[in-house]
Amino acid sequence: MKQLTTPISDEAIRDLKVGDSVALSGIMVTGRDAAHKWMIETFIKKTRAPQDDDLQIHEELKKLLNGSVIYHCGPVVAGLDTKEYKFIAAGPTTSIREEPYQADVMKHFNVKGVIGKGGMGPKTLKGCQETPAVYFHAIGGAASFLAQTVQKVHGVFKMDFGVPEAMWVIEVKDFPVVVTMDSHGGSQHAVIDEASKKVLDGLLEKPY
Amino acid sequence: MRDLTNEILELIRRTSSSLPPDVEKRLRESIEKEEPGSAARGAFETILKNIELSRANSTPICQDTGTPIFYVHYPVGWSTIQLKKQIRAAMVEATKKSYMRPNAVDAVYDKNTGNNLGGDDFPYIHFEETEDDELVIELMLKGGGCENVGRQYSLPDNTLGAGRDLAGVRKVVLDAVQKAQGKGCAPGVLGVSIGGDRGTSYVKSKEVLFSEMGTRNNDPKLAELEERLTSEANEMGIGPMGFGGKTTVLDTKINGLSRLPASYFVSVSYMCWAYRRRKMTVKGEEVTYD
Repeated sequence: MKQLTTPISDEAIRDLKVGDSVALSGIMVTGRDAAHKWMIETFIKKTRAPQDDDLQIHEELKKLLNGSVIYHCGPVVAGLDTKEYKFIAAGPTTSIREEPYQADVMKHFNVKGVIGKGGMGPKTLKGCQETPAVYFHAIGGAASFLAQTVQKVHGVFKMDFGVPEAMWVIEVKDFPVVVTMDSHGGSQHAVIDEASKKVLDGLLEKPY
Repeated sequence: MRDLTNEILELIRRTSSSLPPDVEKRLRESIEKEEPGSAARGAFETILKNIELSRANSTPICQDTGTPIFYVHYPVGWSTIQLKKQIRAAMVEATKKSYMRPNAVDAVYDKNTGNNLGGDDFPYIHFEETEDDELVIELMLKGGGCENVGRQYSLPDNTLGAGRDLAGVRKVVLDAVQKAQGKGCAPGVLGVSIGGDRGTSYVKSKEVLFSEMGTRNNDPKLAELEERLTSEANEMGIGPMGFGGKTTVLDTKINGLSRLPASYFVSVSYMCWAYRRRKMTVKGEEVTYD
């Protein structure tokens, strides 16, 4: 298993190939549906005017995400009253919902990888080649196990999105992932989709 | 009437953190079919570690604690108004204790209520009066990832060559599995309804998921189709998480309903491997869980 710590270099990303198992460490930021929509509208396409402390958060995110990783995750967090946050359950959510946004977000912030589950489509795959970046697949549903890799919660942005949708800044140690989309155009998801479609076509031809 | 809020809270804790034994057994059998060193086997290893850890620490198996679906079978004389209040109170408490993630989001104003109480239908509660003297509360937690890959077909479906018969049902269910890929957290369990209107068809496709793994439909024709669908779905090689592998579907359960002459719906509800369902029974003073 390869070991990588954020910030990750472009060379290290180019070294990764589909099928590689990686243990990730360092600081990363969670972000899912509301966060991606907000980042695109406010800072990238600028179709929405920045509000409240949006611009300040943008500056912070630029520093945090440069060379780092976005984790598609809506965690269960304890300590909400005292703000002594602890991740209780934190597995990946389905990534494909971020397909319209992901490539632009990766390029804007120089994000070196996204962690999620289920894989992503051609737009993100192209974004992975150009940035460069990779898609790290975590084990969906393994929430208690993955929460144990979270050593520290450094803070949180956009709590107004609600706990699952907020952007949590976390420090992880040996977070286990598999590269399923690399920066060379390889996608395990496209391969499995095509192979299973062929089998399906064969099954549909069979008499009942 | 007795206040069961604490007992329902315990039901929620168990459902969220402790996978039922029949599901765990099936997962343990499935890992043996995957090649040593494969990503599929690695996925199963992590899944099994997670099951043990969640149970030991009373933490959610999956952070998406899903739509809470309660089925309450109550003896004559119990108040469903009181039971509903108790279930809702237990849900708030379970959220405070981190057994549940705040999961109710107002769809119009995009605000998370923070306590798992949405409108009247969140949590979803189905009441059924029984002639038994036991109160039985069943709970299923169904995550959003697997809910999103559910599908409903109106037969005939010409693109798949699926007509209005079991041969057509087979085709659309296999199509649903192929389209889901790993996105519903494979390996999954399929709940299938044949017939009904669009609403009841989906509701019943989930209801059938309350039965245990390996339970076959009483109708031999449907029982045979259940077995065949599981086996053929696994031929597609999608595997755990969509990594590729031998196990894509753990089991299939089919419900046959009535339909209108004009309609022939087939609904497929996909349940992720984190197949969280538990039951509590109240008999006199005694409360038991399984």
